Amino acid sequence: MEKERVVITGLGVVSPIGIGKDAFLDGLKSGKSGVSKISSFDVSNYSVQIGAEIKDFNPENYIDKKEISRLDRVQHFAFAAAKEAIEDAKIGSDVDPERVGVYVTSGIGGVITLEQQILVNKERGPSRVSPFLITQMIIDAIPAYIALKYGFRGETNAAVAACASSAKTIGLAMLAIERGDLDIAVAGGAEAPFTPTAVAAFAVMRALSRRNDDPEHASRPFDKNRDGFVMGEGAGILVLESLTSAKKRGAHIYAELVGYGTTTDAYHVTAPDPTAKEVIRAMELALNKANVKKEDVSYINAHGTSTPLNDKNETFAIKQLFGDMAYKIPVSSTKSQIGHLLGATAAVESVATVLSIEKGIIFPTINYEEKDPELDLDYVPNTPREANVKVALKNSFGFGGHNVALVFKKFEG
Amino acid sequence: MEENEIRAKVAKVITEKLGVDETRVVDSAEYVKDLGADSLALVDIAMAFEDEFGVKIPDEDLGKIDTVGKTISYIKEHLS
Repeated sequence: MEKERVVITGLGVVSPIGIGKDAFLDGLKSGKSGVSKISSFDVSNYSVQIGAEIKDFNPENYIDKKEISRLDRVQHFAFAAAKEAIEDAKIGSDVDPERVGVYVTSGIGGVITLEQQILVNKERGPSRVSPFLITQMIIDAIPAYIALKYGFRGETNAAVAACASSAKTIGLAMLAIERGDLDIAVAGGAEAPFTPTAVAAFAVMRALSRRNDDPEHASRPFDKNRDGFVMGEGAGILVLESLTSAKKRGAHIYAELVGYGTTTDAYHVTAPDPTAKEVIRAMELALNKANVKKEDVSYINAHGTSTPLNDKNETFAIKQLFGDMAYKIPVSSTKSQIGHLLGATAAVESVATVLSIEKGIIFPTINYEEKDPELDLDYVPNTPREANVKVALKNSFGFGGHNVALVFKKFEG
Repeated sequence: MEENEIRAKVAKVITEKLGVDETRVVDSAEYVKDLGADSLALVDIAMAFEDEFGVKIPDEDLGKIDTVGKTISYIKEHLS
């Protein structure tokens, strides 16, 4: 049986530079930064005091009032983005709900609630722990709530792969549609990591930027003076759909999802393998699956975290795979503007990548000021660039050596 | 505590926890049937009553207070 082609028919996003895909697009085009001093809690004794928070998010705009306090902030973000994407795709009563799946995940789940309830238990005893803690904390409750509200009864999936989590859910959803198991999948991820303990934990790993006096310039992927990533929160959702279903519904097609490749370093719990061989193989697998030649890649949306190691390693991997061609391919990092949204990051960056294809604009790597001698690719510094993006490669890596690459393509009937 | 005060505080907890309009919080209203509570919400709301009134509602009593009116009586009885 011929495999189903998979297209993108809906987008939703809650990001530190704008809530909703239109505001997000404006933010991307303006080159602004979503990073500021952390206001979620008192950070005065923290080595890291900056983050990319969502400042003006009101869950009442999306969720029944009585359910808001029974859901974690990560579920609020996920549902808001899913609602936008589902409405954008105009999914209504004309779809078979048994053939709609929800593949939405997170890196660390409902940690805000978990942390609060640990304190409740300690201070007031076990009988005061909230009966809603479990369904706020567990990651699979995120897709389950979306499925419940819309009555989607195909597979729900919350694949977890650290900071590559939502790249994996997007890839797995693609495979499910290709196989013919689903017609439509709501796919992506959400993250709400601003708790005192989570920030402390990432800070002591020395993973985060300490440019506390200059937050807007802290996330600076590929720049010589990068000193770590900036944690961010939000959600990104893509509605993936079989071409057959999209055509039948007359849906708007943003782009086609053609490639998915995933590998594991099996090297170290956090550090990337310096040979980058499994990163290279993930990109190769994705391009092979997409049936796309290296020379046809018009843009790479990098993982580009702004950590010394990642950006060096990712640049090396791209050069190894593409050879001399690497210098001709624009490579940019959306994280320069929105920070690193952990388990949601690949999904939000995939929305940006799809918008690049749709709008013909490559969004820049902001805060790029000084060249690092070993990092010599075209990082699209500071200014958006008009370009006909026909094929875009999206990289996503996570602690634990999880490597995922996705390939998006301009839709041609 | 006067019954009216108890009634007002009970109503406040219910409207906050269950997101229902105050006009629906009448003595005869059943939590599950009339106010949309599920088993988790019942536990949550009982905890809130315990906090609000400083009473202890053991699990075995939880099933007995299935209406707003019975809740008010229960609290009145156990406050003294």
